[in-house]
Amino acid sequence: MKFTRTMTLAATVALAIGAGQAQAQYSDGTIKIGVLTDMSSLYTDLSGAGSLLAARLAAEDFGAAAKGMKVEFVNADHQNKADVGSAVARQWYDVDKVDVIVDTPNSGVALAVNQITREKNKVFLVSGAATSDLSGKACSPNTIHWTYDTWLLANGTGNAIVKTGGDSWYFLTADYAFGHALEGDTEAVVTKNGGKVLGKVRHPLNTADFSSFLLQAQASKAKIIGLANAGGDTTNSIKQAAEFGIVRGGQNLAGLLVFLTDVHALGLQTAQGLIFTETWYWDMNDNNRAFAKRMAAANKGIHPTMIHAGVYSAVTHYLKAVEALKSDADGGAVVKKMKDTPTNDPLFGQGSIRQDGRKIHPAYLFEVKKPAESKAPWDYYKLRATIPAEQAFRPVNEGNCPLVRG
Amino acid sequence: MVSPGYTIGSATTTSATPRHQVIAFIGMAVFFLVAPFFIYPVFLMKALCFALFACAFNLLIGYVGLLSFGHAMFLGSAGYISAHAAKVWGFPPELAILSGTATAAALGLISGALAIRRQGIYFAMITLALAQMIYFFCLQAKFTGGEDGIQQVPRGVLFGFIDLRNDLTMYFVVLAIFLAGFLLIFRIIHSPFGQILKAIRENEPRAISLGYKTDHYKLIAFVLSATLAGLAGSTKAIVFQLASLTDVNWPMSGEVVLITLLGGLGTIFGPVVGAFVLISLEHYLAQLGAWVTIVQGIIFVICVLTFRRGIVGEIARLIKRPL
Repeated sequence: MKFTRTMTLAATVALAIGAGQAQAQYSDGTIKIGVLTDMSSLYTDLSGAGSLLAARLAAEDFGAAAKGMKVEFVNADHQNKADVGSAVARQWYDVDKVDVIVDTPNSGVALAVNQITREKNKVFLVSGAATSDLSGKACSPNTIHWTYDTWLLANGTGNAIVKTGGDSWYFLTADYAFGHALEGDTEAVVTKNGGKVLGKVRHPLNTADFSSFLLQAQASKAKIIGLANAGGDTTNSIKQAAEFGIVRGGQNLAGLLVFLTDVHALGLQTAQGLIFTETWYWDMNDNNRAFAKRMAAANKGIHPTMIHAGVYSAVTHYLKAVEALKSDADGGAVVKKMKDTPTNDPLFGQGSIRQDGRKIHPAYLFEVKKPAESKAPWDYYKLRATIPAEQAFRPVNEGNCPLVRG
Repeated sequence: MVSPGYTIGSATTTSATPRHQVIAFIGMAVFFLVAPFFIYPVFLMKALCFALFACAFNLLIGYVGLLSFGHAMFLGSAGYISAHAAKVWGFPPELAILSGTATAAALGLISGALAIRRQGIYFAMITLALAQMIYFFCLQAKFTGGEDGIQQVPRGVLFGFIDLRNDLTMYFVVLAIFLAGFLLIFRIIHSPFGQILKAIRENEPRAISLGYKTDHYKLIAFVLSATLAGLAGSTKAIVFQLASLTDVNWPMSGEVVLITLLGGLGTIFGPVVGAFVLISLEHYLAQLGAWVTIVQGIIFVICVLTFRRGIVGEIARLIKRPL
């Protein structure tokens, strides 16, 4: 079988030469999707295994196999450390021939991966990380920031609260990129609407004991204690605030970033009345409910958060772009194609991607139901307002993104 | 402290370098020269940085008998300074690495002067306390970027003509730095100064009675160890283009103890072997996430229970020669 041997040799050589040189349509014959997320710590419920599952479902629904596209998945736990995350990203791109990294909650890690992706000309689809810098001063021709960002959260929630009388604030902030960005964006909204920021305290990521921070917030006498943190930190601070009687004492908590899984962890008794902004909720239409049913069945009953939905939507659009280009080798070209094509998927409907890498879709202001109002498990939110797509995100010229300035 | 299997005053520890150590060294150097063509260079660079870090640590515990539990402060703070110098001040990589190393040396002088006044567990606790102070400083200071660390550090161009953006070029620079550090330690151990360090390790009152100012020797050894740890940290920051809290936090101080014990306390090659074993474990078990630390813990227990001298220490015992 001389022919086969030659083929094998050719394939080996092609593999050795690496991505971009392969003889098949797709670099080394497969589209390899790396899900880099938090598999063990405070963000694992809101992203974690669910994100990997959502990415798999997206490839399945896209019918990749039927279209002759071989899609493979790898995943890793970045342990919320920028050094671990960047080492994994580097190795995925250099050795494992990963074409695209998705999800990546934790803004610190996401910023590091953002940079490496740009250097290696691959694709980075952010669903989990929040910092609006990813489509602002750190924007990159290889990154799309999909689901939400800190500007959106600050404006959605901050506006609503200041307008209903919450005009003096004290911030409890997670001490890293995400917390700082969320605090800064919210502070801008509060002061713009005539409110005051009385003070702020920063806590380390993944804190177990919030008592000293909460006591400072209580002593500030601010009407609103803004929680510029996420995941386990948010649920911990809300629970402990309840123990200190902060809400009974007349101060209100504003969870600036609250996920469905956080509400589930808190229970409606504690979480009721919280107001926050999200871009997706499972119980809004039939498509979403169908997706939630599939996700919950395969993920220990955990209903999908907006991050999971964002991963699904992003991977779907990525596969469409790769199919249209018939190649996944040039990350910059794939992202350009993604930006040029309007988005359309069952979960987020129709939308678009701006030149700065910001995916555009509507956002929603939700309020957590009272225990009596909830009719079924995971029935937690009621819709207070819809923020139309064109108002939901930061105007493109205010982000200082170098890609759109000139 | 665990005796490394040979005693001072025997023929093998005189100033002349034993031939089998030279052979082992050449073997190691050849391996590192060829390795990047078969193994992922970024992984090798990480292992080399940790190997140098562990060698520096071993100089202190293996040859002076001082267990420092705060060596992360030298690794981490040097990394921060080196990253800051390269990124914000625009230093070329050689100056960035030097400034990081100098910072570690200064820090080593201050913390060493305090710590060597006590021995045993008190020495370890003082170094740990100082390291935690440095950690807190790095968490809160503006220039370190808190949880994010200093990111996007440029690798730059070494001496104005060696472009470090290529992984392979960077690798050989790291290898050169590692070998220089390793040879320095090698030389120190075999010098008359090294003999006195070992004398202090074996019996400090006796060294004092012979007229040696042991505090001076201990302080110099501490500063040397801190400086070399800082060299490893500075290089690591340039390689990974990142300085983060991981390097300055206390688990890092524990990890270097583990590396040294695993490889062989008080052996020259032990820390290098230990670093490669441990970094490989971390690398290939990364899929297990949080379980990595549990696996490491089990390995540590097995190592301490079954081969107390460490990998290289046991080999040295078998061939009846120090390595």
